[in-house]
Amino acid sequence: MSDKLKNQNPQNAVEVEDLTVAYQEKPVLWDVDLHVPQGVLQAIIGPNGAGKTTLIKSILGLVKPSAGRILIYGQPYEEQRDLVAYVPQRGSVDWDFPTSVLDVVMMGRYGSLGWFKRPGKKEHQLALEALEKVGMSEFSRRQISQLSGGQQQRVFLARALTQDAQVYFMDEPFQGVDATTEKAIITLLKDLRAAGKTVLVVHHDLQTVSEYFDWVLLLNVRRISCGPVQEVFTDQNLKLAYGGKVSFLTHHTHTEQDQITNI
Amino acid sequence: MSQAQIEIQLIAIVVSVACALPGVFLMLRRMAMMSDAISHAILLGIVLAFFVTQNLSSPLLVIGAALTGVLTVVLVELLHRTRLVREDAAIGLIFPLLFSLGVILISRYAGNIHLDIDAVLLGELAFAPFDRLMVFGRDIGPKSLYLMLGILFLNICFIGIFFKELKLVSFDSGLAMALGFSPTLIHYSLMSLVSVTAVGAFDAVGSILVVALMIGPPVSAYLLTDRLSILLLLSSGIGIIASVSGYWMANLMDSSIAGSMATMVGFLFLLIYLFAPNKGLVSLARRRRRQKIQFALEMLLVHILNHQGKPEAQRECHVGHLSEHLYWDKDLSRQVLKQGEREDYLQRQDDYLFLTPEGQDIAEKSMLR
Repeated sequence: MSDKLKNQNPQNAVEVEDLTVAYQEKPVLWDVDLHVPQGVLQAIIGPNGAGKTTLIKSILGLVKPSAGRILIYGQPYEEQRDLVAYVPQRGSVDWDFPTSVLDVVMMGRYGSLGWFKRPGKKEHQLALEALEKVGMSEFSRRQISQLSGGQQQRVFLARALTQDAQVYFMDEPFQGVDATTEKAIITLLKDLRAAGKTVLVVHHDLQTVSEYFDWVLLLNVRRISCGPVQEVFTDQNLKLAYGGKVSFLTHHTHTEQDQITNI
Repeated sequence: MSQAQIEIQLIAIVVSVACALPGVFLMLRRMAMMSDAISHAILLGIVLAFFVTQNLSSPLLVIGAALTGVLTVVLVELLHRTRLVREDAAIGLIFPLLFSLGVILISRYAGNIHLDIDAVLLGELAFAPFDRLMVFGRDIGPKSLYLMLGILFLNICFIGIFFKELKLVSFDSGLAMALGFSPTLIHYSLMSLVSVTAVGAFDAVGSILVVALMIGPPVSAYLLTDRLSILLLLSSGIGIIASVSGYWMANLMDSSIAGSMATMVGFLFLLIYLFAPNKGLVSLARRRRRQKIQFALEMLLVHILNHQGKPEAQRECHVGHLSEHLYWDKDLSRQVLKQGEREDYLQRQDDYLFLTPEGQDIAEKSMLR
């Protein structure tokens, strides 16, 4: 793993060039460029249907792009799977599936186990440690059908943590979780960043973008803007991304700026 | 029991376990109806393979049939992917087409051989012991028993070796793909397995019963457990009980074995659906009732706390006035009082209610909630 990191351009954890994805000739992503430096906590924001989930899915090879090049630390994703962890939307799986919390968390280790090999003591231990980090230790034996929304999200995060990756992709980890869980998750994400990991998060709540993240991508089929929050998360860019529906946003950004000037 | 009876039951047991195992994954992947499609469509494969080999016991028949099973899945997915037809409708279009092609071919070209429609739909387990497997001139048992044992072995091996992959792909195919496990490969392997199982079982028990044995036991077992490994074991067990009891029911009533076995599958499901310890209807109803009483008791404790020791206590805390003040029917009031006294939250003195210290505690906590 260290070789893979060393050999490549160290600045960019994720590079996307000219990515176009279309469903039935209808472009969902149109010529998107994205360069994410290592060690940032990046929000991906944009209105519904802007292609946020599709962007993540095409980086992970779950959706086949019509055009474009995607590199993780300078190499195609297929060669860098072990550097990448993925937290899908909570609603994308069946939580009535007959399995336990610990079992789901161990699934994060399946990639490095490869075909045939069964998870053993080591995987068990790693899963328990990850559950500890998300504050779910006492739930390890629990059936997943008995979890609340926030607990489900923590389980998914723990699963991603066991992957021990360099780059984390998270699709709406804050959706439908209470304030405590949101705080716990953001602390965890900041810890990851502090450990030099790169984290990309599809995010919806514009009010918290500047508080939680240091890097941001504004997306609406095309790339509107990408870069440090202070430079990119502006009134004008938000208008470009969200169209006319931004009266509440402009209000918000004004107060945001007021606060900054007050300081 | 005669030897034939034992052999029939052995075949039934092996068939039911062989069907239940892949059936668990069909159910979890929400593809229950695919078993219906595959078990019918394989008829076309059997007929076509028969035309090539002119031999009803050729192993090519199994392969041909399995291929049509997989073809069914491919066609359904192709049709579904155009987004002009929903998946369930696509299943409803494809398998009758393939099945009826098979029916036409049989009635047109194979009228004089042992491949009739009745046998296809219902199978005839009773005749299975007549077709013997001879090794070096020695009779070692009915052929279909060995065929099904082979298929059962195949299923156990596949699920044993790919248990982790099957679980991951069934639970979260997105993650499976991101981690480099091909969901498509697993999917088609499972579908091939279902097809092979359907072919083997179909010969012994017919296509309708294949569906019953693939779906009924897993769905019943799902109401009894939350663990995948236990689910596989329980499904097999339920399949065995259904097939053996079905056999004896048929024996008793002198009726179709396949039909009786399928009926027993349905009957077992009904029993479990009603009486399963946690997810059954009866225990659900009982739990709701208990919650209702528990909540009513909490309300009563708060009510007494609010009025206890006040001038209106005479009125509000009298047993006889509960139904008037809280608008409860007599039955509920009686049960709530009983529960309160049993848990020692309430005391009754001359038909007036008082909170015990525990009851007071509970009431205060409830108000803070």
